[in-house]
Amino acid sequence: MAYFFQQLLNALQLGSIYALIALGYTMVYGILTMINFAHGDLFMVGAFFCFLLAVYLKLSFVPTLLLSMLGVACLGVIIERLAYKPLRTAPRVSAIITALGVGLFLENFTLALSPYPKHIPPLLTNVTWTVGAVSISSLQVLVIVLSLGLMLILDFVVWRTKAGMAMRAISWDKTIVPLMGVSVNKIISLTFAIGTGLGGAAGVLYSLAYPVIDPYMGIMVGWKAFICAVVGGIGNVRGAMIGGFILGAVEILVAAFFPSTYRDFVAFTLLLGLLILRPYGILGRPQPQKV
Amino acid sequence: MTASDLLLTVSGLCVSYEGIEALHGVSFEVAKGEIVTLIGANGAGKSSILRAVSGLVPYAGAVVYTGKDLKNLPADRIVAAGIAHVPEGRGIFGNLTVGENLKLAAWQRRDKSAVARDLDRVFDLFPRLRERTKQLGGMLSGGEQQMLAVGRALMSDAELLLLDEPSMGLSPVLVREIFKIISEINREGKTVLLVEQNAHLALQIARRAYVLETGRIVLSGTGRELAGNPRIREAYLGG
Repeated sequence: MAYFFQQLLNALQLGSIYALIALGYTMVYGILTMINFAHGDLFMVGAFFCFLLAVYLKLSFVPTLLLSMLGVACLGVIIERLAYKPLRTAPRVSAIITALGVGLFLENFTLALSPYPKHIPPLLTNVTWTVGAVSISSLQVLVIVLSLGLMLILDFVVWRTKAGMAMRAISWDKTIVPLMGVSVNKIISLTFAIGTGLGGAAGVLYSLAYPVIDPYMGIMVGWKAFICAVVGGIGNVRGAMIGGFILGAVEILVAAFFPSTYRDFVAFTLLLGLLILRPYGILGRPQPQKV
Repeated sequence: MTASDLLLTVSGLCVSYEGIEALHGVSFEVAKGEIVTLIGANGAGKSSILRAVSGLVPYAGAVVYTGKDLKNLPADRIVAAGIAHVPEGRGIFGNLTVGENLKLAAWQRRDKSAVARDLDRVFDLFPRLRERTKQLGGMLSGGEQQMLAVGRALMSDAELLLLDEPSMGLSPVLVREIFKIISEINREGKTVLLVEQNAHLALQIARRAYVLETGRIVLSGTGRELAGNPRIREAYLGG
């Protein structure tokens, strides 16, 4: 039982990071029906911002987190304006290839600046509590609580604010939205800012939990988070959160009972199986084709 | 009419889709307080005119609203200038509730009490919408969606309403109801530019009308004149 709780905690930690990244994929897809394949690399940039701010500016945790989120959000908005906006009416595949190109650019730009893996200094003193046979680290609690907090805020923004209403309207039919007096470009920028900002937060939290970072760290994590978004139902914000926690749980549980090299194989097989049962994802619904 | 009464002046309007010209130099005007209708067959270019005025498609020619050139203004700024467009097919956001659809249309307005007053007014005009505030737009019937679309146009506080085929797909009873409400809104001070295939009803409520054929205006006159015109009777009113 204690073992189970221990693993559950690990699963929540990993899952909340996947969920934060998956939100970025799903939000951008929701309004532009485009997969931002550079998103995993923006997560990596978040980790490097964390490194720069913590090591060179000696900032403490809270400003590091906030500035990294802000930095990645600005980068996301700039990427959208420069690389994706000109392709909004181009064939879908052009935007996807561009996104892959942006991802390669971010990886190699970072590689050029920092050819060796970097070590993130501990920004917080880590305390470990022992409850029965379960040991809980304060870092773990922080990652989980902060991620859940950000997701609650996002859920509120999407469902309870005017800006969220505009985002949902754009996901339904963006040709009608300007007739409501809403600037579609501004809402798209805002969506990119929020989505990539959450990815930046995930980068910071990830590098606190797993403190060695390198320019390629975003590739595998990004793919996995993308799959979480698909499993949850791409375009669906709550689905992305659920997908993230499912993958976190599956990965941790597989590694707990099988040799750890089986982890990705078993995890992805299960997720593929889930997609056979629910091709549109857990919360996704087939969209009627618009004529 | 005097120049100061003019709300909208369209001159030499040309719209092309993928190199094929759909409108060939259309000119007309709408004065304050009027209902003006554009009638014509399917594909005559009626919707293109409205889409150009509200900034949804690029065009050649000039669109001037209360003395202000609308060319190069993005569509969301044209709403701010005072023009609300109820698009063909209604354009209801099916994933938003009725209340959210209405609130979204008031996006640019800051005066909360005026917005609340207009919302009440919309609910008075369309009591069905009040009952269904919390329902998703996609769950409404065609008639209710049309009411919601008109309600949204009222929520933007525009002076000029562009209505694209409000009768489309509705039962005769509902069509009459919608047209009655359009007249009522007009009496309360809104100016209406109405695009219709149902020429019979459109000519009844319109002060003036223009007839559009393959991208050109071929006739114009008061609603009564055109309703009595033999050519119009034959082509659009079923003899």
